[in-house]
Amino acid sequence: MIKDITSFTTGSARIAFKGGPTFYAWIGFLGIVCLWGLAAWWNQFQHGLITTNMRDQVSWAFYIGNFTFLVGVAAAAVMLVIPAYIYNWKPIKEIAIFGELLAVSAIVMSMLFVFVDVGRPDRVWQLMPIIGTPNLPSSLLGWDVMVLNGYLVLNLIIVVHLLYTGFHKRPYNRKFVVPLLLFSIPAAVGIHTVTAFVYAGTAARPFWNSAILAPRFLASAFCSGPAILLILFQILQRTTHIKIKDEAIWKIAELMAYAMFLNLFLFGAEIFREYYSNTHHLIHTQYLYSGVHGHDALVPYAWASLICSVAAFLLFLIPATRTHLVTLNLGCVLIFAGVYIEKGMALVIPGMTPDTLGEFYEYVPTLNEVRIGAGIFAIGFLVFTLLCKMAIPILRDPDSGKAA
Amino acid sequence: MSEKSFDRRTLLVSAGLSTMAGISAAASGKSTGWVERLLKRRFVELSDARREEILTELEEACRVKYGRDDITVADTPALDGVEFAYGLDLSRCVGCRRCVYSCVHENNQSRDPQIQWIRVLEMKKDHGIDFAESNVYYDPDEVPEPDSFYVPVACQQCRQPACTKVCPVKATWQEPDGIVVIDSDWCLGCRCCMSACPYGARHFNWTEPRIATEEINPDTHIFGNRLRPNGVVEKCTFCIHRTRKGRYPACVEICPVGARKFGNLLDEAGEMRYLMREKRVFVLKEELNTRPRFYYFYAT
Repeated sequence: MIKDITSFTTGSARIAFKGGPTFYAWIGFLGIVCLWGLAAWWNQFQHGLITTNMRDQVSWAFYIGNFTFLVGVAAAAVMLVIPAYIYNWKPIKEIAIFGELLAVSAIVMSMLFVFVDVGRPDRVWQLMPIIGTPNLPSSLLGWDVMVLNGYLVLNLIIVVHLLYTGFHKRPYNRKFVVPLLLFSIPAAVGIHTVTAFVYAGTAARPFWNSAILAPRFLASAFCSGPAILLILFQILQRTTHIKIKDEAIWKIAELMAYAMFLNLFLFGAEIFREYYSNTHHLIHTQYLYSGVHGHDALVPYAWASLICSVAAFLLFLIPATRTHLVTLNLGCVLIFAGVYIEKGMALVIPGMTPDTLGEFYEYVPTLNEVRIGAGIFAIGFLVFTLLCKMAIPILRDPDSGKAA
Repeated sequence: MSEKSFDRRTLLVSAGLSTMAGISAAASGKSTGWVERLLKRRFVELSDARREEILTELEEACRVKYGRDDITVADTPALDGVEFAYGLDLSRCVGCRRCVYSCVHENNQSRDPQIQWIRVLEMKKDHGIDFAESNVYYDPDEVPEPDSFYVPVACQQCRQPACTKVCPVKATWQEPDGIVVIDSDWCLGCRCCMSACPYGARHFNWTEPRIATEEINPDTHIFGNRLRPNGVVEKCTFCIHRTRKGRYPACVEICPVGARKFGNLLDEAGEMRYLMREKRVFVLKEELNTRPRFYYFYAT
C-alpha cells in the first residue's frame, strides 16, 4: 500500500513534468508570471493594501471580482458532470474528469484571491472551525470559506482516486466515485449560491441586493467554465491520443448557448426593473453603462462584456457556427471575456460606486494589483496543466481504469 | 515546545485539551512565544488576569514603537443601565468640520493617510437630504453657505447592525451599552463590514497608520482609540474611553454651535429623553431597518 502510494507520487510527478519544448516553454512562462506576481505580493505585504487602488469608498474591487468569477468557473465543472452521469451520455463522460481538474484549479485561484485581499493574511486561520472563530451561521463569507474548502476537498478526493487507480491500471471504484460525483453537483450549485449571497445579502448596496443575483451567477458560470474546457479539449484532440468526439464538444457548446440565453434573460429582467422603476438605486447601473457626472471608467468594459456575451450566444446557438472550428473558438474567447468582465469588475465596482454616502471614487486597478492577479492565474494554470498531464496517460491507455 | 510557552491564550481544541491547557496555564507565567501568538484567543474570551497582561503588553508595545511611556490601554466595561444615544441638530450645524478634526486627534486616527470617522456632507437646500447630490469635499472660504446645509455622518451605533453579522471571525460586535466595537487584534481585514455598512462609517487602515508621537492621545481603550495596526478596520465608538467614564464624546465638546447632543437613553430625565420628547427626530435610511441610536432633528 505504502509502496503503491510512493510509486504513484513519484510516477505522477515524473509524468507531470515530462514534456516537449512547447510544454517546458509554457511551464517556464507560467513560472515567470508567478514570480512576477509574487514580487508584487511581497510589495503589497510590506506596504499594505495601499499598493492597490481600493480605498474606503470602493473597498472591494479587482481581487474580489476575480474571486467571484473563479468560483463560477469552479462551479461549472457540473456542467459536464450532469449530462455525463445523469443521462449516461458517453461522449462527455470520458472527459468530465477535466471538469473536476478545472474545478480544483479554479478553487485554488479563488481562495488565493481572497487571501491577497485581506488586510491581515496572518489571521486567515481564524476562519477555520475549531481552531478559529468562524461567525456561523450569520456570516456569509464565513459560510463561503466552509463550502469552498469542502468543494475543494470533495473534488480532490475524486481526482486523486481517479488518478491513483488509473496510475496503477486498476478500474476506479464506481461505488465510491459516482456518489461523490453526484454530490459534487449540488455542491457546485451551493458554492456559487453562497458566493452570490455574500453580495445579495447586502442591503446597503442596492446594485447587489437582488433576488436574481444567485440565478444570474449560476447561468453565467455555466458559460465561462466550459469555455475553458472546450479550448482544452481541442488541444488534447490534436496533441494527445485522447479521443474526444467532436459531437461532445458541439453538445457542450449547445448547452452553453442555453445557459447564455438564461443569463441574458435574467440580465434583461434586472435592467427592466432598474430603468422602468427609475429609483435612486438606478445610479449604479447608470454608472456602469453610461457614466454619471463624467465618471465613466467602466462604460467601455460594460458594453464590451454585453457585446461579447450576445455575439457568443449567437455563435453557439447557430449549428453552423457552433460546429465550425474558428467560430467555435471565437465564441469560447468571447464568452470567457464577457463573463470575466460581468462577474468581475462590472459586478463589484458599480456596487460600490457611488458609495453609501453618494461619493464617486473611480477605481481602476494598479499595476501591482494586476501583477498579483496575473500571478494567481499563473499558479492556477500551472496546477491545471500539471493535473491534466497526470490525467492524460490514464485516459489514453485503454487498459487502465475508465476514468470518469 | 516547553510547557512554559503555553498559557490561556493557547488553542483550546476540546474540553480535554482545555483541561490540560488550564493546568499548564496555572503552571506558567507570562510569556509571548510564537506558538501562543499564533494560537491566541479573542480578548473577550480571556480571563481577567490574562486581559490585564495583554493591556500591559499593548502599553509596552506603544512605549517601544512611539517612545511614549504615558500611554494607557484600558478595557473599561459597559456600565449597567446605560444605553448611549446621540442627537444631531441639523438646523444648527454650520459645516465647520471641527468635530471631524477633534475626533481625529481624540481617537488617534492615522494622519497620513488621513482617516476621518466623521464625514460632513454638504447638501443643497434645493434638494433636501439626498446623498446622491451631497458633497463631502466642500471647500468655500466661509461656512455655512446660504444655499447649503450640512449633515455630519459617523457610526450610527445601530440596534440591528448590518456590519457585525457579516464579520466572518466575530471580530466586531455590539456592547451592552449599544456601542459597536472592533477588536483590532482579531480583525481579518476582509472588509465585509465596510460593504455592509449603509453609512460609510467603517474605515480601513490601507497602510501602517502614521501619527506624530507628540500628537498621540495617551488615554486609550482597547476597543476604541488604541493605536491600530495596518490592515484592520476601525470606526467611531462614541469615544468609548471617555463616555464610559461619564464624559462627553470629543465631537460633542468641540461643537461651537451646540448641534451635538449625547446621553443615556435609559435615563428618563436625561438629555436624550428630553430631546426625543420635545423634538421630532428621524434616522438615516430607516428603510434598511438598522435602527440607529443616532438621531437627527431640526430644533428650529
